[in-house]
Amino acid sequence: MPAGTLYRGREGMWSWVAHRVTGVLIFFFLFAHVIDTALVRVSPEAYDETIEIYKNPIVSVMEYGLVAAILFHALNGLRIVAVDFWEKGPRYQKQMFWIVMGIWVVLMAGAAYPILNHAFREVFGS
Amino acid sequence: MALIENAPKITGGGPALEAPRSKRSPRSTKTNFELYAWLFMRLSGILLVVLVIGHLIIQLIIDGGVTRIGFAFVAGRWANPFWMTWDLVMLWLAELHGVNGLRTIINDYAERDQTRFWLKVLLYTSALIVLFTGTLVIFTFDPNIGQ
Repeated sequence: MPAGTLYRGREGMWSWVAHRVTGVLIFFFLFAHVIDTALVRVSPEAYDETIEIYKNPIVSVMEYGLVAAILFHALNGLRIVAVDFWEKGPRYQKQMFWIVMGIWVVLMAGAAYPILNHAFREVFGS
Repeated sequence: MALIENAPKITGGGPALEAPRSKRSPRSTKTNFELYAWLFMRLSGILLVVLVIGHLIIQLIIDGGVTRIGFAFVAGRWANPFWMTWDLVMLWLAELHGVNGLRTIINDYAERDQTRFWLKVLLYTSALIVLFTGTLVIFTFDPNIGQ
């Protein structure tokens, strides 16, 4: 650890960094998503054509990445709430980080088939 | 400022305490805005976990996921006031939660006053666009627009 830095590394700092990065990512997606949904006010065709983009295999993989960011931000957010409001939260923040990662891996595995099977079929046929 | 300057110097066993390096800004102590913003992030965050994960399950997981989304799908869901309310609450909470998060990030990393100011102008303008457009679309949605 270089002298004169507040950054302590390990689970505490890296979860905080990841929380910021995923938060910014989700924020920019929300902007795009509200605008694309607003096309229902233009015409059914305009909306349907734009939503076709989401059904593209590459975009489906990006969507899976977005879900990864949202799930991490949600689970780590609950951990932050526990650290701030639960009297033993600060003491168990490290353990809670690994619980967050465990649940995240399970949820990501469960979301893989429903989100990616359409893209997979389109690329490899069947 | 006078308060701090006139404060008695504490002289105990050790050397006298120096005056604080930076003077307390009266602006930051006037209101509890930052406390409420901090609390809002936690409360809205808990609600958003339910609203957003529910939204993802409906849009991406349940029978066919994204492949079935289209104008007819939106029309079907927004025929129900329950889903209109769900989407409206989710829109407002997510946007305000995101704006406050980005405000914190700008305050942390943008050091020049001019940079902070313009980044915040951009941030708040984008928030107004998103909240106005999103709310308008939910309330004025017309399932028969194509006819």
